[in-house]
Amino acid sequence: MSNKAVIIVHSGDMDKLYSALIIANGSLSMGMEASLYFTFWGLERLKKGGLEKGPLSKMNFLGLGKWMVKSRMKKANVAPLEKMMTDFKELGGKIIACEMTMEIMGVKQEQLRTEWIDEYGAVGTYVHEAKNAEITLFI
Amino acid sequence: MTTIEVDTRGETCPVPLVECRKALRKAAPGDEVIVTGTHPASKKEIPMACESMGLEIIGIDEENDEWKIRIKR
Repeated sequence: MSNKAVIIVHSGDMDKLYSALIIANGSLSMGMEASLYFTFWGLERLKKGGLEKGPLSKMNFLGLGKWMVKSRMKKANVAPLEKMMTDFKELGGKIIACEMTMEIMGVKQEQLRTEWIDEYGAVGTYVHEAKNAEITLFI
Repeated sequence: MTTIEVDTRGETCPVPLVECRKALRKAAPGDEVIVTGTHPASKKEIPMACESMGLEIIGIDEENDEWKIRIKR
């Protein structure tokens, strides 16, 4: 088994993206490798200007709930997603974008934050990444 | 041999752990990394991370709510 965490980011919800990035950065900090596979609604967050745009998965209330949670997070000094992503890349984290989602949603490479993306792949890429990983999650 | 100081006071999960790892990556073997912080869980988790990376903890000091962990790279 290789010391690795592979996480599928299926949801584009803000809180779930936080979970994915915190676990991924925690894994890298514990000396493991980490990969994030962005698919479906998760891929929206890789679009330019899209990282912080996700709604809250529960009690979003047309953005009011998100606004409340964000202000509480600011008070608690929680790092913004942009910093977590920068840390993820600095610590050697790998990002895979799902090609099929790009085709279905009509997303072009130039719409994405390509500086973050290491690979464009499909299910085979995920299985290849995850088959020897000690942690794999679907968020 | 140099000493690298990382101040994570006031920061919360996962920042202290991540900043510690970033400093350890930049440090050369033999260097000492000193992490200061206030996040309670990180005081336990930074030594856990060091153990899994095979790094030695030189010392842990705590005063009031503030802790200081010294790590040998």
